[in-house]
Amino acid sequence: MNLFEIKEQPKVYDVVIVGSGAGGGMAAYQLTKAGAKVCLLEAGGYFDPADPKYITQLKNPWESPRRGASTRTRPFGDFDAAWGGWDIEGEQYTAMPGTQFRWFRSRMLGGRTNHWGRISMRFGPDDFRRGSMTGIGDDWPTSYEDYAPYYDKVDRLIGLFGTKEGIRNEPDGIFLPPPKPRLHELMLKKAAGSIGIPVIPSRMAMLTKPINDSRGACFYCAQCGRACQAYADFSSSSVLCIPAAKTGNLTLINNAMVREVLTDPNTGLSTGVSYVNKLDLKEYSIKGKIVILAASTCETARIMLNSKSPRFARGLANDSGVIGKYLNDSTGASRSAFIPALMDRKRYNEDGVGGMHVFTPWWVDNSKLDFPRGYHIEYGGGMGMPGFGFGGGIERVNGLFPDRNGNKKKAGGYGVALKDDIRRTYGAYIGMAGRGEPIPLESNYCEIDPNSVDKYGIPTLRYHYKWSENEIKQAKHMQDTFEQIIHAMGGIPMGRKPDASNNYGLAQPGEIIHEVGTVRMGNDPKKSALNGWQQAHDVKNLFVVDAAPFVSQGDKNVTWTILASSWRTSDYIMEQVKAKNI
Amino acid sequence: MKRRDTLKALSLSSLGMAVLPTTDLVAAPPDPKPFKTTPARIPEEIERDKKIMADKFLTPAELATIGILADIIIPAEGKSGSATQAGVPAFIDFIVKDMPQYQTPIRGGLRWLDNHSTKRFGKSFAGITPKQRIEIVEDIAYPDDVKPEFSHGAAFFSQIRNLTVTGFYTTRMGFDDLGYMGNTPNDWQGVPQDVLDKYGLKYDPIYDKKD
Ligand SMILES: Cc1cc2nc3c(=O)[nH]c(=O)nc-3n(C[C@H](O)[C@H](O)[C@H](O)COP(=O)(O)OP(=O)(O)OC[C@H]3O[C@@H](n4cnc5c(N)ncnc54)[C@H](O)[C@@H]3O)c2cc1C
Ligand code: SF4
Repeated sequence: MNLFEIKEQPKVYDVVIVGSGAGGGMAAYQLTKAGAKVCLLEAGGYFDPADPKYITQLKNPWESPRRGASTRTRPFGDFDAAWGGWDIEGEQYTAMPGTQFRWFRSRMLGGRTNHWGRISMRFGPDDFRRGSMTGIGDDWPTSYEDYAPYYDKVDRLIGLFGTKEGIRNEPDGIFLPPPKPRLHELMLKKAAGSIGIPVIPSRMAMLTKPINDSRGACFYCAQCGRACQAYADFSSSSVLCIPAAKTGNLTLINNAMVREVLTDPNTGLSTGVSYVNKLDLKEYSIKGKIVILAASTCETARIMLNSKSPRFARGLANDSGVIGKYLNDSTGASRSAFIPALMDRKRYNEDGVGGMHVFTPWWVDNSKLDFPRGYHIEYGGGMGMPGFGFGGGIERVNGLFPDRNGNKKKAGGYGVALKDDIRRTYGAYIGMAGRGEPIPLESNYCEIDPNSVDKYGIPTLRYHYKWSENEIKQAKHMQDTFEQIIHAMGGIPMGRKPDASNNYGLAQPGEIIHEVGTVRMGNDPKKSALNGWQQAHDVKNLFVVDAAPFVSQGDKNVTWTILASSWRTSDYIMEQVKAKNI
Repeated sequence: MKRRDTLKALSLSSLGMAVLPTTDLVAAPPDPKPFKTTPARIPEEIERDKKIMADKFLTPAELATIGILADIIIPAEGKSGSATQAGVPAFIDFIVKDMPQYQTPIRGGLRWLDNHSTKRFGKSFAGITPKQRIEIVEDIAYPDDVKPEFSHGAAFFSQIRNLTVTGFYTTRMGFDDLGYMGNTPNDWQGVPQDVLDKYGLKYDPIYDKKD
């Protein structure tokens, strides 16, 4: 048989969705519930957090020969739920010399939401109009009011905990009760508070109380990154895709690597997609009246740029040439510390939820600073489960405190004294990480690499991304703040303070995994690819529901906004179909 | 499903957690020597771990020396057993194959150690007396106070110490030694009162609200 013959499915779906992560899962859920016949194409395999085949939750480190250390396929550890990583065999990407981008992908039902941090913050009113407020960057074509009702709906459907704080640019949601802070978190709140830095309950998508009969309540194992078999945390697989399949309206095709969106040469409308079946390596096509892309920010741009035809010579819906540009990821910098006051702790189960119970929202007025955007601080620490790396670097710590008789001792060592030091310092470390808003720049972009295809023959992405002074100054501010907080706690910062020689510890672009912006929305078709409904200006039956349309990202992790905007676009699609506009 | 109720029950299924579907129980073919690695692997991971486990890197002699060092680092004492009792050498044997970046430093470090031991005591590290071993270890165990001629030995010792400590504390014996009490379903109600009192801390009233 000719390998390059494309197998066409005669059936025409109402909607074809590419990608089953946060954005694609939400669209699949909403549209199947509304009765549409949906085909969901996912490049990775099937995954259900409650199927024993996939469960790593509550396993002990010794059940992994590498004790939970990371691997190429699981960069966040051997028990982590996500399959994929920074470097996927046969699916490479490149960066222009002198620039960098690290691209994290998950290849599975639910995408990266099976192990995401579940920090769930609404963007605030200001986050949609930073351009006009500060003269740098751009406004969204939409405003907080457009998303507010959808944030409410997402809060109710998916569930998150938090507290009403009344902070103007940190809008409150509909919250479940927050878990009580752990010991180091109480100390952090007190210490940071004493120097004017607020610490408030975190906002995260775990069910501290049950919200319906299909999902259990959190039982505090601290392992959301392994995906919750009780469905007590939000994963797109368990909370959106599997329920969508239960409607009977969903056709899920796993291992379907979408190559391009197909268009009608006469109307310029999309007619479906073509894909490579990863199992038999043959080419297939699927027809749909509407195509929704949700393959994640960069992958969606890649599909659009690869969807070239005489009508769309620069790539699909890319008459503006904007696709790929304005790629931006959160800034990130971190520091850890040893807290002598936390030595010799009483033992109890301090696992809690999988992540922090408190955090610091942005608290400073940027007009008083030399950089234009804010950041929030995430905290770590506690008497967590030992895994690979536990006790590493004890020689940098155990010379900092005297022995039990009050005598100074040398760092390092061995034997009975070393064992005692390990026990005494258990749970006495904290970590903190800033996550900040970058300025989206046209000069930061991904494009199709003219010289490279992946193992499926699909042209791959080449990145071009450099931080500007704005982000570097923000990282400097983070480092100064971290030391102030650590000192206020009586702690000892670990390692050397990052400085100008290493951009103040600023993470490489992409490393924080909050990339957005490659398929901008806007009111002007010359400067944007999509309108404010995330509908292509040039192709009215084509939509994008991941974070590619976002003009900027605030200092809020983006996923809750992906969920809200995908729901909003799904509602719009249903209205437009009813009105016979598409 | 209420946590309050579910915590009372003993079986995992009542927590809303999965139990083995019967189809899997019926379908599983009898495997005389099932390959064991981390649970819930995707096929390429199983292939990779099979290959790693079939490969050899460290020699029996190297592993024996690692065992001696590991038990100097983590000896048995009143509270728990030793590194070798917790299976640390087998862990290090695996990890240097899994993380090839360890191979040269560990192998080279062992050579440094044997070479040094032979110069000093006429025999390799495994062949000298426990007292002589400690004399060498004293020279390389304290990286901030090490004589320049021992810097390579000290770097090696820190690396073996880190691997040994990780290998020990990621076992049941290590958990018990440490007093780690988690990784089990529970209802987190905050830091115990006596601990709060000790640190002079208390919870904000917002945490008393149940809705
Ligand atoms: C370690 C980590 C921690 C994180 N923590 C947080 C957090 O605390 N808060 C937060 O808001 N965000 C967090 N994120 C980010 C969050 O995971 C993403 O924002 C979110 O998953 C993006 O959703 P998405 O739908 O755009 O894409 P994804 O979740 O990436 O899903 C895209 C899906 O599309 C599939 N796909 C890709 N290409 C194709 C193709 N060509 N054909 C078919 N299918 C394709 C992929 O296989 C994947 O399943 C975190 C991410 C990571 C990795
Ligand atoms: S912490 Fe709670 S929500 Fe997260 S995996 Fe454990 S039980 Fe599930």
